[in-house]
Amino acid sequence: MDYQFDFSFLTTHWQDIIDGVWLTLRMSVATIIFGFLLGTILAVVRTQGSVWGKRAVTWYVDVIRNTPLVIQTFWLFFGLAAMQVRIPAMAAAVIALVINVSAYTAEIVRAGIEAVPKGQVEAASCLALTRWQVLRLVVLPQAVERMYPALVSQFVLMMLATSIMSQISAEELTAIGYRIQSETFRGFEIYILIAVIYLVLSMLLRLSMTGIGSVAFARRRRLQTPL
Amino acid sequence: MFLGISVDHLIFILRGAGWTLVLSGMGFIGGTLVGLPLALARARGGWMVRSGAGAYIQLMQGIPLPVLMFVIYFGISIAGFDVPALVAAALAMTAYSSAYLGEIWKGCIQAVPRTQWEAAECLALKPLQRAVYVILPQAARVAIAPTVSFLVQIVKNSSYAVVIGFFDLTYSARVVNNSTFKPFVVFTIAAMLYFAICYPLSALSYKIEKRMSRTIES
Repeated sequence: MDYQFDFSFLTTHWQDIIDGVWLTLRMSVATIIFGFLLGTILAVVRTQGSVWGKRAVTWYVDVIRNTPLVIQTFWLFFGLAAMQVRIPAMAAAVIALVINVSAYTAEIVRAGIEAVPKGQVEAASCLALTRWQVLRLVVLPQAVERMYPALVSQFVLMMLATSIMSQISAEELTAIGYRIQSETFRGFEIYILIAVIYLVLSMLLRLSMTGIGSVAFARRRRLQTPL
Repeated sequence: MFLGISVDHLIFILRGAGWTLVLSGMGFIGGTLVGLPLALARARGGWMVRSGAGAYIQLMQGIPLPVLMFVIYFGISIAGFDVPALVAAALAMTAYSSAYLGEIWKGCIQAVPRTQWEAAECLALKPLQRAVYVILPQAARVAIAPTVSFLVQIVKNSSYAVVIGFFDLTYSARVVNNSTFKPFVVFTIAAMLYFAICYPLSALSYKIEKRMSRTIES
């Protein structure tokens, strides 16, 4: 094999690569925030909502978790285009990712809520807290604290999944790679580089989320063990 | 004609679904062949073997599958081979699923009590025999539920092969959408087909898990 590796595209295209990383990061952070909020709401409805609310959330979670993200994204993106609704690819990508990740988050948070001991809820209502206060001050903090490692793993997977948004022409890292590839014909080198960048990004994301967790959940840090 | 989709379109999409099943099957078989030694290496290997296998798993879990598809696809072509996208996709699926299966099965192997290894050694079984006749059959019981649940991931993530132009359910649905421009109908059909493959597997995994936890409790 006499293949000459050629990374010279770096000198001409490094700015594009930085832009791609930046868009991937923005997409990921937006999705983590909105996906976590929507997922938590869904988990609350699933555990304490009305019969129909529970049924609807169960159905939603099952449908999302048993179909691929790509199909969900195409459905949304091309569907909106067919209805003459014009939104930027970036916005469509974030909406699709939020819908997707919220179903997984809902399952994780639900497991956390169900693991909170009954005595905690009873003690809280003995203190005359309203139902909303019990949820906000007692149940959810403990549920999220307990499930935090699972949430971190889910969000790292979600960050990696943003790469498929290149298929609807969102200009994130993978899409940038494809464009450089079609201009320079150095597909192998570019994707090796992009793989390394994703690897670093996933480590950084995991590290920073673990850092946020150790600040937010002081009890966990002091115990040094999972709850 | 049905909602703007002809029977030919429907058959075209179904052919894509067939290739999705083929790719998923290849990914699972490849993932098993590589993942099982990985799991054994992670659970029982010496320091070097263990960290080597660990590094491989970390690497594969930190790279998005679409990027992995591209790396293998372009890698094969610069190595001077001209192979169909199916081969590149199957290799990428193998690399991806072996990392996750290796990690899942490592846990299952470690769940078998240590004394079982020692007892097998006392019976003068060789290392391979210990694994094959004593440990793996016991680990397999624990492994069924998470493995079936990971099958769902394999089927869903095989859709990422669309980036290298592999003809699967996602690809065929996109082609039909491009010619009919009925995205809601086309992608709903595709989603229903994926759901029809994945949901029974999810339900089965959940059922096995419940039954297993009942046996452990009693």
